[in-house]
Amino acid sequence: MLTSLISISLGAILINNFIFSQFLGCCPFLGCSNKMSTATGMSVAVIFVMTLASAMCWIVNQYLLVPLKLDFMQTVAYILVIAVLVQFVEMFLKKSIPSLYSAMGIYLPLITTNCAVLGVVLLNTEKSYNFLESTVYGCTGGIGFALAIILFASVRERLEFADYPKAFAGFSICLVSASLFALAFMGFSGLKIF
Amino acid sequence: MSTVVWALVVLGSLGLVFGVLLAVAGKIFAVEKDPKEAAVRAAVAGANCGACGYPGCDGYAAAVIRGEAPVNSCVPGGQAAAEKIASIMGVEAGGSERYVAFVRCSGTAGHTKEKFSYEGPSSCLAASRLGGGSGANVCTAGCMGFGDCVAACQFDAMHIVDGIAKVNRKKCVGCMKCAEACPKKLITKVPYGATDIVACNSTEKGAAVRKFCDFGCIGCGLCKKECPVDAITVENNLAVIDQSKCIHCGHCSDICPRHIIRDKR
Repeated sequence: MLTSLISISLGAILINNFIFSQFLGCCPFLGCSNKMSTATGMSVAVIFVMTLASAMCWIVNQYLLVPLKLDFMQTVAYILVIAVLVQFVEMFLKKSIPSLYSAMGIYLPLITTNCAVLGVVLLNTEKSYNFLESTVYGCTGGIGFALAIILFASVRERLEFADYPKAFAGFSICLVSASLFALAFMGFSGLKIF
Repeated sequence: MSTVVWALVVLGSLGLVFGVLLAVAGKIFAVEKDPKEAAVRAAVAGANCGACGYPGCDGYAAAVIRGEAPVNSCVPGGQAAAEKIASIMGVEAGGSERYVAFVRCSGTAGHTKEKFSYEGPSSCLAASRLGGGSGANVCTAGCMGFGDCVAACQFDAMHIVDGIAKVNRKKCVGCMKCAEACPKKLITKVPYGATDIVACNSTEKGAAVRKFCDFGCIGCGLCKKECPVDAITVENNLAVIDQSKCIHCGHCSDICPRHIIRDKR
């Protein structure tokens, strides 16, 4: 059990990193990596939402969709669940834990419609993980996202001072460095521990 | 056929349940917002500069409503904003002392020594990572003049004059964004009316300072002896004037052999 959880975590963080290997969640990855502070804010929100969404969607799938043979409605149902979940959590946090609410700020509602969040729940179903495995996969997938965006933010802060050709200025140099990152992460693809 | 019906029923009821849940949650978890808060938020300058010590104007408005923040903390808004907020909150405004930024360096171009010729990004932050942390300057404490503070200033109050940063006090609102941008931590907050400030940040010994700068403080302590109200201390070879004690008599600036108090070069 433990070994499977560890291999799931390692897979989600390094080998099948959500951004660099599966290309999910590229929008916030490029949009929120200007500064380290926004990158960390986004990462915390992503980890939080992906963990919760994995757990909730597993329950909905297992006890509602599968018994009624409505598997084909998964995508629609998951979108609904995620949207409601984020809304609910936001309300709850605003009232009960205002400090956490203000720490996550704008990023919490922003990632409701993110493909990484929907991606993680669909992958959970596809790989037929159980409840614990799904939750761990969601959480570590979020951590993988955090690793990627935080690393990338630090590179972008250095890029400000780099001497690159003018034609590359702005978004182009970002995409180039992101692809180099993805290449580097390909190095993990051969990693096998169990 | 039955599958379609089931799909409709399940997703429809799922949506209905969630809708009701959110509606109920919206009522239970509703956070009452004080209408005064919006009024305070409208009264402040809205620069989101953080000079009040709270995270942005929203944070300050919320703190005023909670009674934690004084009504006169909005630096860019000044007295006008303080009075508006005071009338919203129903208290006296009190005096809102105006503060401005001050660059503690006098080493203008041609009067400081350089170690090497720096060719790199025109940024203080980048230059400060090189050559012992001072760009090309020998002085590790002084202004490098690439203007990170100028870029940070939203009020056009900061300019590079003669190779060092200079504050236009008329335009400065005291938000201290420049101080955050300065990798040398050269910029301090001083009262608007302050005249006697030591424009140097070097903690090197006097003899060393003489070698690389024509104007740097040598820590001789003449100003300290001259001060009638004991407002001056000399620590680490650098004189510092306590602005809360200073009576603006100007004796220190008369005696200073480096002429850097009240810029008498």
